[in-house]
Amino acid sequence: MAIGIVAVQGAFLEHEKILDRLGIEYAELRQKSDLDREYDGLILPGGESTVQGKLLKELDMFDTLRGWIAADMPVLATCAGMILLAEKLSNDDKEYFRSIPMTVRRNAYGRQVGSFHTAAAFGDKGVIPMTFIRAPFVESAAPEAEILSVVDGNIVGVRYKNQIALAFHPELDDDLTVHQAFIGMI
Amino acid sequence: MTNERYELNKNLAQMLKGGVIMDVTTPEQAKIAEAAGACAVMALERIPADIRAAGGVSRMSDPKMIRGIQEAVSIPVMAKCRIGHFAEAQILEAIEIDYIDESEVLSPADDVYHIDKTKFKVPFVCGAKDLGEALRRINEGAAMIRTKGEPGTGDIVQAVRHMRMMNSQIAKLTALREDELFNAAKELQVPYDLVQYVHEKGRLPVVNFAAGGVATPADAALMMQLGAEGVFVGSGIFKSGNPEKRANAIVKAVTNYKDAAMLAALSEDLGEAMVGINESEIQLLMAERGK
Repeated sequence: MAIGIVAVQGAFLEHEKILDRLGIEYAELRQKSDLDREYDGLILPGGESTVQGKLLKELDMFDTLRGWIAADMPVLATCAGMILLAEKLSNDDKEYFRSIPMTVRRNAYGRQVGSFHTAAAFGDKGVIPMTFIRAPFVESAAPEAEILSVVDGNIVGVRYKNQIALAFHPELDDDLTVHQAFIGMI
Repeated sequence: MTNERYELNKNLAQMLKGGVIMDVTTPEQAKIAEAAGACAVMALERIPADIRAAGGVSRMSDPKMIRGIQEAVSIPVMAKCRIGHFAEAQILEAIEIDYIDESEVLSPADDVYHIDKTKFKVPFVCGAKDLGEALRRINEGAAMIRTKGEPGTGDIVQAVRHMRMMNSQIAKLTALREDELFNAAKELQVPYDLVQYVHEKGRLPVVNFAAGGVATPADAALMMQLGAEGVFVGSGIFKSGNPEKRANAIVKAVTNYKDAAMLAALSEDLGEAMVGINESEIQLLMAERGK
Protein backbone atom coordinates (compact mmCIF):
# COMPACT_ATOMS: atom_id res chain seq x y z
CA MET A 1 0.00 0.00 0.00
CA ALA A 2 1.26 3.49 -0.83
CA ILE A 3 -0.26 6.89 -0.17
CA GLY A 4 0.39 9.92 -2.36
CA ILE A 5 0.69 13.13 -0.34
CA VAL A 6 0.26 16.39 -2.21
CA ALA A 7 3.43 18.30 -1.32
CA VAL A 8 3.34 21.50 -3.36
CA GLN A 9 2.99 23.68 -0.23
CA GLY A 10 1.90 23.39 3.39
CA ALA A 11 2.07 20.90 6.24
CA PHE A 12 2.62 17.65 4.34
CA LEU A 13 5.53 16.56 6.57
CA GLU A 14 3.14 16.32 9.53
CA HIS A 15 1.00 13.77 7.63
CA GLU A 16 4.15 11.85 6.72
CA LYS A 17 5.15 11.58 10.37
CA ILE A 18 1.76 10.07 11.21
CA LEU A 19 2.00 7.57 8.34
CA ASP A 20 5.49 6.69 9.61
CA ARG A 21 3.97 5.88 12.99
CA LEU A 22 1.36 3.69 11.28
CA GLY A 23 4.03 1.99 9.17
CA ILE A 24 2.42 3.08 5.89
CA GLU A 25 4.44 3.79 2.77
CA TYR A 26 3.97 7.15 1.05
CA ALA A 27 5.47 9.50 -1.53
CA GLU A 28 5.44 13.27 -1.94
CA LEU A 29 3.63 14.62 -4.99
CA ARG A 30 5.49 17.78 -6.03
CA GLN A 31 5.33 17.62 -9.82
CA LYS A 32 3.66 15.82 -12.70
CA SER A 33 6.23 13.01 -12.92
CA ASP A 34 5.45 12.08 -9.30
CA LEU A 35 2.00 10.98 -10.52
CA ASP A 36 3.40 8.32 -12.83
CA ARG A 37 3.16 5.50 -10.33
CA GLU A 38 0.11 3.94 -8.68
CA TYR A 39 -1.23 5.00 -5.32
CA ASP A 40 -3.89 3.50 -3.08
CA GLY A 41 -4.88 6.73 -1.37
CA LEU A 42 -4.39 10.48 -1.53
CA ILE A 43 -3.77 13.07 1.19
CA LEU A 44 -4.46 16.77 0.61
CA PRO A 45 -2.70 18.55 3.51
CA GLY A 46 -3.19 21.88 5.22
CA GLY A 47 -1.57 25.02 3.90
CA GLU A 48 -2.84 27.83 1.72
CA SER A 49 -5.53 26.62 -0.67
CA THR A 50 -4.89 29.48 -3.13
CA VAL A 51 -1.23 28.45 -3.41
CA GLN A 52 -1.88 24.72 -3.60
CA GLY A 53 -4.71 25.03 -6.13
CA LYS A 54 -2.67 27.32 -8.35
CA LEU A 55 0.43 25.11 -8.23
CA LEU A 56 -1.53 21.91 -8.90
CA LYS A 57 -2.95 23.53 -12.03
CA GLU A 58 0.24 25.19 -13.25
CA LEU A 59 2.41 22.15 -12.57
CA ASP A 60 -0.08 20.15 -14.66
CA MET A 61 -1.07 17.79 -11.83
CA PHE A 62 -4.66 18.89 -11.39
CA ASP A 63 -6.43 16.81 -14.05
CA THR A 64 -4.70 13.58 -13.07
CA LEU A 65 -5.60 14.07 -9.41
CA ARG A 66 -9.18 14.93 -10.35
CA GLY A 67 -9.30 11.66 -12.30
CA TRP A 68 -8.09 9.71 -9.29
CA ILE A 69 -10.67 11.32 -7.02
CA ALA A 70 -13.44 10.70 -9.58
CA ALA A 71 -12.36 7.04 -9.73
CA ASP A 72 -13.10 6.79 -5.98
CA MET A 73 -9.54 6.70 -4.69
CA PRO A 74 -9.71 7.16 -0.89
CA VAL A 75 -8.90 10.78 -0.04
CA LEU A 76 -8.09 12.48 3.27
CA ALA A 77 -8.27 16.26 2.97
CA THR A 78 -7.48 18.62 5.85
CA CYS A 79 -8.21 22.37 6.02
CA ALA A 80 -6.91 23.70 2.69
CA GLY A 81 -7.63 20.23 1.31
CA MET A 82 -11.30 20.57 2.31
CA ILE A 83 -11.45 23.82 0.35
CA LEU A 84 -9.98 22.10 -2.72
CA LEU A 85 -12.70 19.40 -2.61
CA ALA A 86 -15.67 21.72 -2.06
CA GLU A 87 -18.19 22.04 -4.85
CA LYS A 88 -18.63 25.68 -3.93
CA LEU A 89 -16.91 28.32 -1.79
CA SER A 90 -19.29 30.86 -0.28
CA ASN A 91 -16.75 33.70 -0.03
CA ASP A 92 -14.43 33.02 -2.95
CA ASP A 93 -15.14 32.51 -6.65
CA LYS A 94 -12.24 30.09 -7.15
CA GLU A 95 -13.05 26.45 -7.80
CA TYR A 96 -10.91 23.33 -7.67
CA PHE A 97 -11.88 19.63 -7.63
CA ARG A 98 -15.53 20.26 -6.70
CA SER A 99 -15.85 16.59 -5.78
CA ILE A 100 -17.94 16.89 -2.58
CA PRO A 101 -21.43 18.45 -2.80
CA MET A 102 -20.92 21.03 -0.07
CA THR A 103 -20.48 24.77 0.32
CA VAL A 104 -17.42 25.76 2.34
CA ARG A 105 -16.56 29.10 3.89
CA ARG A 106 -12.86 30.00 3.80
CA ASN A 107 -11.26 31.58 6.91
CA ALA A 108 -14.63 31.02 8.55
CA TYR A 109 -13.29 31.79 12.04
CA GLY A 110 -11.52 34.98 10.95
CA ARG A 111 -7.83 35.71 11.31
CA GLN A 112 -5.19 33.93 13.39
CA VAL A 113 -6.63 35.24 16.70
CA GLY A 114 -9.69 33.10 15.86
CA SER A 115 -7.64 29.88 15.64
CA PHE A 116 -8.46 27.38 18.41
CA HIS A 117 -8.07 23.89 19.80
CA THR A 118 -10.94 21.71 21.00
CA ALA A 119 -12.15 18.12 21.20
CA ALA A 120 -15.26 16.70 19.56
CA ALA A 121 -16.71 13.52 18.13
CA PHE A 122 -15.36 12.17 14.85
CA GLY A 123 -18.13 10.04 13.34
CA ASP A 124 -18.61 6.93 15.48
CA LYS A 125 -14.91 6.82 16.41
CA GLY A 126 -15.26 8.81 19.62
CA VAL A 127 -14.00 12.20 20.74
CA ILE A 128 -10.67 13.34 19.27
CA PRO A 129 -8.51 16.47 19.63
CA MET A 130 -9.05 19.05 16.89
CA THR A 131 -6.80 21.96 15.94
CA PHE A 132 -8.30 24.74 13.80
CA ILE A 133 -5.87 27.16 12.13
CA ARG A 134 -7.52 30.00 10.17
CA ALA A 135 -9.93 27.21 9.38
CA PRO A 136 -12.87 26.88 7.03
CA PHE A 137 -16.17 25.23 7.90
CA VAL A 138 -18.97 23.68 5.90
CA GLU A 139 -21.97 25.99 5.50
CA SER A 140 -24.14 23.35 3.90
CA ALA A 141 -23.75 19.83 2.56
CA ALA A 142 -25.95 17.67 0.35
CA PRO A 143 -27.91 14.90 2.18
CA GLU A 144 -25.68 12.26 0.53
CA ALA A 145 -22.68 13.63 2.43
CA GLU A 146 -22.25 12.07 5.86
CA ILE A 147 -21.61 14.60 8.64
CA LEU A 148 -18.66 13.32 10.71
CA SER A 149 -18.03 16.22 13.07
CA VAL A 150 -19.80 19.32 14.31
CA VAL A 151 -18.21 22.03 16.49
CA ASP A 152 -20.25 24.93 17.87
CA GLY A 153 -23.07 24.09 15.48
CA ASN A 154 -20.81 24.21 12.40
CA ILE A 155 -20.00 21.19 10.24
CA VAL A 156 -16.24 20.59 10.34
CA GLY A 157 -15.99 17.01 9.08
CA VAL A 158 -17.67 15.33 6.12
CA ARG A 159 -17.45 12.00 4.35
CA TYR A 160 -18.73 11.64 0.81
CA LYS A 161 -18.07 8.41 -1.12
CA ASN A 162 -14.39 7.70 -0.46
CA GLN A 163 -13.44 11.23 0.54
CA ILE A 164 -12.97 12.50 4.09
CA ALA A 165 -12.77 16.30 4.31
CA LEU A 166 -11.93 17.99 7.61
CA ALA A 167 -11.74 21.67 8.58
CA PHE A 168 -9.25 20.83 11.34
CA HIS A 169 -5.76 19.32 11.34
CA PRO A 170 -5.53 15.77 12.72
CA GLU A 171 -1.89 15.81 11.58
CA LEU A 172 -1.07 18.41 14.27
CA ASP A 173 -2.24 16.26 17.19
CA ASP A 174 -0.94 13.00 18.56
CA ASP A 175 -4.18 11.13 17.96
CA LEU A 176 -4.14 8.57 15.12
CA THR A 177 -7.90 7.98 14.83
CA VAL A 178 -8.48 9.93 11.63
CA HIS A 179 -5.55 8.45 9.73
CA GLN A 180 -6.49 4.97 10.89
CA ALA A 181 -10.02 5.52 9.60
CA PHE A 182 -8.60 6.76 6.29
CA ILE A 183 -6.27 3.75 5.95
CA GLY A 184 -9.24 1.55 6.84
CA MET A 185 -11.02 2.78 3.69
CA ILE A 186 -8.29 1.35 1.45
CA MET B 1 -0.35 33.94 26.25
CA THR B 2 -1.41 30.42 27.16
CA ASN B 3 0.55 27.40 26.11
CA GLU B 4 -2.33 26.41 23.85
CA ARG B 5 -2.25 29.77 22.08
CA TYR B 6 1.52 29.42 21.55
CA GLU B 7 0.98 25.98 20.00
CA LEU B 8 -1.69 27.39 17.66
CA ASN B 9 0.69 30.15 16.66
CA LYS B 10 3.48 27.71 15.91
CA ASN B 11 0.91 25.67 13.95
CA LEU B 12 0.13 28.61 11.65
CA ALA B 13 3.83 28.79 10.73
CA GLN B 14 3.67 25.07 9.92
CA MET B 15 0.91 25.80 7.41
CA LEU B 16 3.12 28.38 5.69
CA LYS B 17 5.91 25.87 5.09
CA GLY B 18 7.00 25.25 1.54
CA GLY B 19 5.70 28.71 0.71
CA VAL B 20 6.88 32.19 -0.14
CA ILE B 21 6.03 35.26 1.97
CA MET B 22 6.26 38.43 -0.08
CA ASP B 23 6.76 42.08 0.94
CA VAL B 24 4.03 44.34 -0.44
CA THR B 25 3.37 48.06 -0.03
CA THR B 26 -0.10 48.44 -1.60
CA PRO B 27 -3.32 46.43 -1.94
CA GLU B 28 -2.55 46.11 -5.67
CA GLN B 29 0.84 44.55 -4.97
CA ALA B 30 -0.79 42.28 -2.38
CA LYS B 31 -3.23 41.02 -5.01
CA ILE B 32 -0.39 40.41 -7.48
CA ALA B 33 1.50 38.49 -4.77
CA GLU B 34 -1.55 36.37 -3.88
CA ALA B 35 -2.25 35.62 -7.54
CA ALA B 36 1.39 34.64 -8.01
CA GLY B 37 1.12 32.08 -5.20
CA ALA B 38 2.38 33.86 -2.07
CA CYS B 39 1.38 31.90 1.07
CA ALA B 40 1.32 35.18 3.04
CA VAL B 41 2.20 38.82 2.53
CA MET B 42 4.21 41.25 4.65
CA ALA B 43 2.52 44.65 4.62
CA LEU B 44 4.91 47.57 4.88
CA GLU B 45 5.08 51.16 3.67
CA ARG B 46 8.49 50.87 2.12
CA ILE B 47 10.31 47.75 1.04
CA PRO B 48 13.74 47.24 2.61
CA ALA B 49 15.71 48.48 -0.43
CA ASP B 50 13.88 51.81 -0.20
CA ILE B 51 14.23 51.95 3.59
CA ARG B 52 17.95 51.52 3.10
CA ALA B 53 18.07 54.19 0.38
CA ALA B 54 15.95 56.69 2.32
CA GLY B 55 17.83 56.34 5.61
CA GLY B 56 16.41 57.95 8.76
CA VAL B 57 14.21 56.29 11.35
CA SER B 58 11.98 53.58 9.99
CA ARG B 59 8.81 52.69 11.93
CA MET B 60 5.72 50.49 11.92
CA SER B 61 3.46 51.12 8.90
CA ASP B 62 0.21 53.09 9.02
CA PRO B 63 -2.51 50.72 10.34
CA LYS B 64 -4.89 52.03 7.69
CA MET B 65 -2.49 50.95 4.97
CA ILE B 66 -2.16 47.51 6.61
CA ARG B 67 -5.96 47.20 6.85
CA GLY B 68 -6.23 47.99 3.16
CA ILE B 69 -3.99 45.02 2.45
CA GLN B 70 -5.89 42.77 4.89
CA GLU B 71 -9.06 43.58 2.96
CA ALA B 72 -7.44 42.99 -0.42
CA VAL B 73 -6.30 39.37 0.13
CA SER B 74 -7.50 36.14 1.75
CA ILE B 75 -4.04 34.81 2.71
CA PRO B 76 -2.38 35.66 6.07
CA VAL B 77 -1.08 39.22 6.45
CA MET B 78 2.04 40.00 8.47
CA ALA B 79 3.45 43.37 9.48
CA LYS B 80 6.64 44.63 11.08
CA CYS B 81 7.22 46.42 14.36
CA ARG B 82 10.50 47.79 15.67
CA ILE B 83 12.67 45.60 17.90
CA GLY B 84 11.53 46.17 21.49
CA HIS B 85 8.60 48.41 20.52
CA PHE B 86 5.82 46.58 22.33
CA ALA B 87 3.37 49.45 21.83
CA GLU B 88 3.66 49.08 18.06
CA ALA B 89 3.08 45.35 18.55
CA GLN B 90 -0.03 46.07 20.65
CA ILE B 91 -1.38 48.21 17.80
CA LEU B 92 -0.73 45.46 15.26
CA GLU B 93 -2.46 42.98 17.55
CA ALA B 94 -5.45 45.33 17.84
CA ILE B 95 -5.94 45.25 14.07
CA GLU B 96 -5.77 41.43 14.19
CA ILE B 97 -2.63 40.99 12.17
CA ASP B 98 -1.88 37.30 11.52
CA TYR B 99 1.84 37.53 12.33
CA ILE B 100 4.10 40.27 13.72
CA ASP B 101 7.69 40.47 12.49
CA GLU B 102 9.80 42.07 15.23
CA SER B 103 12.24 43.22 12.63
CA GLU B 104 15.75 44.57 12.35
CA VAL B 105 14.68 46.14 9.03
CA LEU B 106 13.02 48.92 11.04
CA SER B 107 15.03 51.13 13.41
CA PRO B 108 15.31 49.40 16.80
CA ALA B 109 13.29 51.03 19.57
CA ASP B 110 15.21 49.30 22.34
CA ASP B 111 18.89 48.42 22.25
CA VAL B 112 18.71 45.96 25.16
CA TYR B 113 15.31 44.28 25.34
CA HIS B 114 13.23 42.53 22.73
CA ILE B 115 9.46 42.43 23.15
CA ASP B 116 8.11 39.97 25.71
CA LYS B 117 6.16 38.10 23.07
CA THR B 118 4.58 35.77 25.61
CA LYS B 119 2.24 38.67 26.52
CA PHE B 120 0.57 38.63 23.09
CA LYS B 121 -2.13 36.48 21.50
CA VAL B 122 -0.87 37.05 17.96
CA PRO B 123 2.24 35.19 16.82
CA PHE B 124 5.69 36.70 16.25
CA VAL B 125 8.44 35.86 13.80
CA CYS B 126 11.96 37.05 14.63
CA GLY B 127 15.27 37.05 12.81
CA ALA B 128 18.30 35.09 14.00
CA LYS B 129 21.89 34.83 12.78
CA ASP B 130 22.71 31.80 14.89
CA LEU B 131 21.25 29.23 17.25
CA GLY B 132 21.70 31.35 20.38
CA GLU B 133 19.74 34.23 18.89
CA ALA B 134 17.03 31.88 17.64
CA LEU B 135 16.57 30.22 21.03
CA ARG B 136 16.59 33.56 22.87
CA ARG B 137 13.79 34.80 20.60
CA ILE B 138 11.87 31.54 21.10
CA ASN B 139 12.29 31.88 24.85
CA GLU B 140 10.76 35.37 24.56
CA GLY B 141 7.78 33.82 22.76
CA ALA B 142 8.62 33.86 19.03
CA ALA B 143 6.56 31.20 17.20
CA MET B 144 8.64 31.29 14.02
CA ILE B 145 12.27 32.11 13.15
CA ARG B 146 13.85 33.44 9.99
CA THR B 147 17.43 34.12 8.98
CA LYS B 148 18.55 37.70 9.28
CA GLY B 149 19.98 38.03 5.78
CA GLU B 150 20.80 41.60 4.90
CA PRO B 151 17.49 43.16 3.79
CA GLY B 152 17.20 45.24 0.67
CA THR B 153 20.52 44.18 -0.80
CA GLY B 154 19.67 41.32 -3.14
CA ASP B 155 22.79 39.65 -1.70
CA ILE B 156 22.18 36.13 -0.42
CA VAL B 157 25.51 35.71 1.37
CA GLN B 158 24.32 36.60 4.88
CA ALA B 159 21.22 34.41 4.75
CA VAL B 160 23.44 31.52 3.68
CA ARG B 161 25.87 32.26 6.49
CA HIS B 162 23.08 32.32 9.09
CA MET B 163 21.46 29.12 7.85
CA ARG B 164 24.77 27.27 7.78
CA MET B 165 25.69 28.59 11.22
CA MET B 166 22.33 27.45 12.61
CA ASN B 167 22.67 24.00 11.02
CA SER B 168 26.19 23.44 12.26
CA GLN B 169 25.34 24.56 15.80
CA ILE B 170 22.30 22.26 15.84
CA ALA B 171 24.42 19.36 14.60
CA LYS B 172 26.98 20.09 17.30
CA LEU B 173 24.31 20.14 20.03
CA THR B 174 22.85 16.81 18.95
CA ALA B 175 26.32 15.24 19.18
CA LEU B 176 26.99 16.40 22.75
CA ARG B 177 26.76 14.16 25.80
CA GLU B 178 23.84 15.01 28.06
CA ASP B 179 26.11 16.25 30.85
CA GLU B 180 27.62 18.73 28.40
CA LEU B 181 24.29 20.45 27.69
CA PHE B 182 24.46 22.63 30.81
CA ASN B 183 27.61 24.28 29.57
CA ALA B 184 26.17 24.54 26.04
CA ALA B 185 23.22 26.47 27.50
CA LYS B 186 25.66 28.79 29.24
CA GLU B 187 27.69 29.38 26.08
CA LEU B 188 24.63 29.94 23.90
CA GLN B 189 23.11 32.21 26.60
CA VAL B 190 19.80 30.36 26.44
CA PRO B 191 17.68 28.30 28.85
CA TYR B 192 18.62 24.68 29.41
CA ASP B 193 15.23 23.23 28.36
CA LEU B 194 15.53 24.70 24.85
CA VAL B 195 19.06 23.31 24.50
CA GLN B 196 17.75 19.93 25.58
CA TYR B 197 14.95 20.12 22.98
CA VAL B 198 17.40 20.82 20.14
CA HIS B 199 19.74 18.11 21.43
CA GLU B 200 16.93 15.54 21.32
CA LYS B 201 15.09 16.56 18.16
CA GLY B 202 17.92 17.93 16.06
CA ARG B 203 15.87 20.96 15.03
CA LEU B 204 14.46 24.23 16.30
CA PRO B 205 11.17 23.95 18.19
CA VAL B 206 9.58 26.30 15.62
CA VAL B 207 9.53 26.67 11.84
CA ASN B 208 12.60 28.33 10.30
CA PHE B 209 12.39 30.36 7.07
CA ALA B 210 15.06 32.05 4.97
CA ALA B 211 14.93 35.83 4.71
CA GLY B 212 17.09 38.60 3.35
CA GLY B 213 18.70 38.88 -0.06
CA VAL B 214 16.56 36.35 -1.97
CA ALA B 215 16.30 37.73 -5.52
CA THR B 216 16.06 34.74 -7.88
CA PRO B 217 14.50 31.26 -8.09
CA ALA B 218 18.03 29.89 -7.65
CA ASP B 219 18.47 31.88 -4.42
CA ALA B 220 15.22 30.39 -3.10
CA ALA B 221 16.27 26.86 -4.12
CA LEU B 222 19.67 27.35 -2.48
CA MET B 223 18.08 28.31 0.84
CA MET B 224 15.60 25.41 0.69
CA GLN B 225 18.41 22.95 -0.01
CA LEU B 226 20.27 24.38 2.97
CA GLY B 227 17.29 23.48 5.15
CA ALA B 228 14.99 26.52 5.10
CA GLU B 229 11.33 25.50 5.45
CA GLY B 230 10.12 28.40 3.30
CA VAL B 231 11.28 31.78 2.05
CA PHE B 232 10.60 35.47 2.63
CA VAL B 233 11.17 37.67 -0.41
CA GLY B 234 11.35 41.38 0.27
CA SER B 235 12.69 43.79 -2.27
CA GLY B 236 13.54 40.99 -4.72
CA ILE B 237 10.11 40.92 -6.33
CA PHE B 238 8.72 44.44 -6.58
CA LYS B 239 12.17 45.93 -7.25
CA SER B 240 12.61 43.71 -10.28
CA GLY B 241 11.68 44.21 -13.93
CA ASN B 242 8.75 41.78 -14.02
CA PRO B 243 7.42 41.24 -10.47
CA GLU B 244 4.57 38.94 -11.48
CA LYS B 245 6.71 36.53 -13.44
CA ARG B 246 9.53 36.53 -10.90
CA ALA B 247 7.10 35.94 -8.01
CA ASN B 248 5.54 33.01 -9.88
CA ALA B 249 8.96 31.51 -10.60
CA ILE B 250 10.18 31.83 -7.00
CA VAL B 251 7.01 30.12 -5.71
CA LYS B 252 7.55 27.15 -8.03
CA ALA B 253 11.26 27.06 -7.22
CA VAL B 254 10.44 26.63 -3.52
CA THR B 255 8.12 23.68 -4.29
CA ASN B 256 10.58 21.91 -6.58
CA TYR B 257 13.84 23.16 -5.13
CA LYS B 258 15.77 20.01 -5.96
CA ASP B 259 14.74 19.76 -9.62
CA ALA B 260 17.51 21.57 -11.52
CA ALA B 261 15.84 21.15 -14.91
CA MET B 262 12.69 22.82 -13.65
CA LEU B 263 14.75 25.54 -11.95
CA ALA B 264 16.50 26.20 -15.27
CA ALA B 265 13.16 26.69 -17.01
CA LEU B 266 11.90 28.90 -14.19
CA SER B 267 15.00 31.08 -14.36
CA GLU B 268 14.52 31.96 -18.04
CA ASP B 269 13.42 35.41 -19.22
CA LEU B 270 12.66 36.83 -15.82
CA GLY B 271 13.80 40.30 -16.88
CA GLU B 272 15.94 42.55 -14.75
CA ALA B 273 16.67 41.30 -11.21
CA MET B 274 16.81 43.91 -8.48
CA VAL B 275 20.05 45.84 -8.45
CA GLY B 276 22.14 44.26 -5.74
CA ILE B 277 24.45 45.80 -3.18
CA ASN B 278 27.37 43.73 -1.92
CA GLU B 279 27.86 43.31 1.80
CA SER B 280 31.20 45.16 1.65
CA GLU B 281 29.56 48.16 -0.01
CA ILE B 282 27.02 48.87 2.69
CA GLN B 283 27.38 51.16 5.65
CA LEU B 284 24.63 49.71 7.81
CA LEU B 285 24.46 46.01 8.70
CA MET B 286 20.87 45.56 9.86
CA ALA B 287 21.63 42.02 11.06
CA GLU B 288 23.68 43.57 13.89
CA ARG B 289 20.51 45.09 15.35
CA GLY B 290 19.14 43.10 18.32
CA LYS B 291 21.03 39.96 19.35
